[in-house]
Parts: sequence; structure tokens; C-alpha cells
Amino acid sequence: MGLEHTLGDSFLATRLDALINWSRRNSLWPMPLGISCCAIELMAMADPRHDVSRFGSEVMRFTPRQCDLLIVAGTVNYKIAKVVRKIYDQMPDPKWVIAMGACASSGGMYRSYPVVQGIDQFLPVDVYVAGCPPRPDAVLKALLEIQKKIEMSRLEGKSIVKAERFPVPAKE
Amino acid sequence: MNDRILSKLAANFRDSILSSTEFRGELTIVVKPENIVPICKFLRDDPELQFDLLIDVHGIDMLRSELDRSSEIYSHDDDLDLLLPPGQTEQPAERFQVVYNVWSLKNKARLRLKVLLSESNLHVPSVTTVWPGANWPERETFDMFGIIFDGHPDLRRIYMPEEFEYYPLRKDFPLMGIPGSLTLPKGESSKEKSEK
Repeated sequence: MGLEHTLGDSFLATRLDALINWSRRNSLWPMPLGISCCAIELMAMADPRHDVSRFGSEVMRFTPRQCDLLIVAGTVNYKIAKVVRKIYDQMPDPKWVIAMGACASSGGMYRSYPVVQGIDQFLPVDVYVAGCPPRPDAVLKALLEIQKKIEMSRLEGKSIVKAERFPVPAKE
Repeated sequence: MNDRILSKLAANFRDSILSSTEFRGELTIVVKPENIVPICKFLRDDPELQFDLLIDVHGIDMLRSELDRSSEIYSHDDDLDLLLPPGQTEQPAERFQVVYNVWSLKNKARLRLKVLLSESNLHVPSVTTVWPGANWPERETFDMFGIIFDGHPDLRRIYMPEEFEYYPLRKDFPLMGIPGSLTLPKGESSKEKSEK
């Protein structure tokens, strides 16, 4: 109100975390961790038909150090779980995780000894995508969910507090 | 062709052949484990046979349990001796089998060699000296069944982590594995978060 009125059109007053969240959510850089067939649908997400760049996430980097969104696309067995965790640990904070498809979310049809029954056993997952494999639109929807989640996050000092978009009700 | 293979083998390795069966044109020969390498070498080098391609090596666990009703379901007339009364389990003398599928490019002929192994002695000579392509299939059989291939150049686990202690394709291994035998990386996870 007052500040913009005084300083003219070239100034904009807002909250700092609103500005940071706005820039963060519109330029998520995904780390495409395609470890089985879901990777094909993940690639289709970036094609001209679905065009993930409409939402600012077309810059897929194959190094975790430049990414803030981990998309785990495929079956995770115990042997590769260590690699997935290492990639997650190498990503700079703040970071978000999408469990893409039935296998990453719950083990899927592989209910057997080598497959981790859901990557949430060793990673903090933000959004789960159903499907075997999910359509690219479903992954875009997950991306939008992440964006909404970022929009609701707030800054406390220098650290970011992630918001739960659908908070789990406390046990009574 | 099958008769020719069998007669040639019988002429050279009469004492090593335990039995042979033919089912729908597929010849299976059960041989003694200690002679598998000379037999394979003969099959490969014989100018008439020329079994030059090893398709696969794999293992079979013949362990039977009280719940095993396969013999009742799949019994044929000539397999009646396999039928067990319910509740009674008779274990086969040799629990494990190693199967070699070979293919002759020249004759377009297939042959299946079998070796029977008892649980107390799970050693069989490696055929990597005959067909180098046996390297990985033998590692897989070792990984899944615990069968030791003597003379193998690099007998390590191929699928499971090297520190894993069990053999997953054995019949007495539970489908969901043994809890605690495979570890997950440490760090923050959704599970811990929801427990807080």
C-alpha cells in the first residue's frame, strides 16, 4: 500500500518467503532417476505433446547436484536402494521427492525378497503417483502438487519448513 | 539325430551316463558330475556333433514338502511312481540338479545334460574351460542355489549383494526373504516421519 505508493511503479512489496517460493516452484529441476519401464513415461512427459516446460521443469539434469526434485521412476531393489539414497543425499536442500508408479510407491507387483516395498522406507517421499506405469499427465499432476506444496512452505530463519498439503490428522 | 548323439556318447562315456530320456523329441542325459567337463568337451569338439553353443546353465531344487501336491496335479500314467500319499514326504536322494542346455549350430540340434547333486556335496566342475559363456550362468546358479562350480575363474554372487548369506531360489527360502538379511540405507524417511 503505502510503500508502493511512495516509491512508484518500479517497486513491489511482498513477503520474502512468498517471493522465494514463487521462484522455486516455477523452476523445479528434476533429477530423472529412471530405473525401469516408468522411465519411458517420464521421457514422454518432456515431449512436445505433454511439454513439461509449461510448468518450468524441462531442465532435467543428470547430476543430482544441480537438481531439487528427485523423480524415482521404477522398481527399487535392495541393491540399488543405496544408490538412490546416495543420489538423494547429494542433492542440495531444499529438495522434493516423487515416487513414480506402483513399484516405487509400494513395491508394486514385485512382492518378493529383493524389492523394497516402497521407497518411503528409506526416503522422505512428498508425492506418490499411482499407475503401472503412470501416464505422463499423472506425473505432471504430481509436479503441480509439489508446486502447491512449495507455495505453502515458509521460511524460519534461514531454513525452509516444508508444508504438508494434506496433513495427517493427529491421533486422538 | 538324438539316437546318434546318444550312441556316440555311450561309445565314449559308457560309465558316466546314468540315464537318458526323450520327451517330445527333446533328449535329456543324466551324467556323473565328475565327468561333465570331458563330456562337454567331446560334444563340442566332435566333428559330427559340434555342440558349440551353451544356451544356459541353471539349477533345480527338488526339495519336497507336505504341501507339495505337484505330483498329484501333474501325474501322468507313466509317472505314477512319483505319486506320494498325502502328508508323507519322501525326499529325493539328490536334492539339487544342474542343467546344461546346449545347441549345435551345424545340426540345429538341442541337448540337455543333467547332473544330480546331493545336499552334502554341492560341487561340480565348471565348464567355463569348454564354453567361456558359462561364466555368468554358473555365477547365477551359485547365487541362487549355492552350487559351487570348481575351477570357475570368478565365482561371486551376480544378483544379490555379496554379503548376502542365503540362496533365494532354494525351496526352503521364504518368498519375502529373511528379515534383516538385506539392509536399507540410513537417513530420514517418510516412515520415521509418520512415527514421530
